[in-house]
Amino acid sequence: MRDGGLNELWVYLSASPLLWLTLTLVAYGLAYRVYRFANDNPLLHPVVLAVAVLIAVLLFTDTTYQDYFNGAQFVHFLLGPATVALAVPLYQQLSKLRRMWLPILLATLAGIVVAALSAMLIARLLGASVQTQISLAPKSVTAPVAMGISEKIGGLPSLTAVLVVLTGILGAVLGTKLFQLLRIRDDSVKGIAMGVTAHGIGTARAFQVSAEMGAFSGLAMAISALFSALVLPGLLEWLGLLA
Amino acid sequence: MNFINGLTILLVYQLVGEIAVRFFAVPVPGPVLGMLLLFATLLVRKSADASVDSASRGLLSHLSLLFVPAGVGMVAHLDRISDEWLSIALALVLSTGITMAVTAGVMLGISRLMHSRGRHDA
Repeated sequence: MRDGGLNELWVYLSASPLLWLTLTLVAYGLAYRVYRFANDNPLLHPVVLAVAVLIAVLLFTDTTYQDYFNGAQFVHFLLGPATVALAVPLYQQLSKLRRMWLPILLATLAGIVVAALSAMLIARLLGASVQTQISLAPKSVTAPVAMGISEKIGGLPSLTAVLVVLTGILGAVLGTKLFQLLRIRDDSVKGIAMGVTAHGIGTARAFQVSAEMGAFSGLAMAISALFSALVLPGLLEWLGLLA
Repeated sequence: MNFINGLTILLVYQLVGEIAVRFFAVPVPGPVLGMLLLFATLLVRKSADASVDSASRGLLSHLSLLFVPAGVGMVAHLDRISDEWLSIALALVLSTGITMAVTAGVMLGISRLMHSRGRHDA
């Protein structure tokens, strides 16, 4: 009797958006605390931990992604207004943008093209499937825009989202070491390279180094989001990489 | 109330962006056009409204949370990822390093070029 009750309760809960929305927020909240406790170690990035925990729960309870997403879509939806919101930090960097617009613009454009082509070609050389190659193309662009591009060029938006998050974490982990190795000391240059390569996750890391690096990283992320959406689909089609 | 007002404004810009993208068949996601329109508005108004500032700060300070539902989508691609993990991993690591180095290099190169030319002009 009691067992039947629990079963009924689970049937109700697992089909309601409330359970999966709440679990998403709880998993992120816990993951964020672990991350802070580990002194913001980028390897323990809250997205990685939260995603791992939630996937384990889904597999353990035999829940489909569709059922999960019915609840989690309320969080996912906010990616739209968050993209619009990027206009504000961009505007706050207006004076720097005016002074250095040419190098910033050319570096960002170069970064966008190199990020997409290098990932696609390396994956192709190593025998990855075409759909994986296409899903890799916008991996350095901030998630909401990257998913839009992926959908447009025939990739898998949900795979792209995962690749975007992984790229951000890699950029945050490798960035400071690489800049040391290349003897790049200028925080504005480091910020632009970080923002173009590793979008929001890299930007969060850049703010830990200095406010200047963070501001430039946010700027590069916003410019890259805009130009990637405008340039990437056409460029990849022109190069014949989408077939 | 500030946050709600700001969020409303952001959503209005997104909505206008989505409509314009469909209406003019522009090859850009709606929210990106919304961002561009908001940026243009800020340029004209010369300041961000306190409510827009608070809403954008709120959304962007926990941007990572918004990636989680999409990241869980990996569950639908576990087979693909386990089949192709080596090519995906190498593509991500190498491409990340190459992109950072090239971006920094172009920025340094052009800045130096402009700097030296500025000196010659002066």
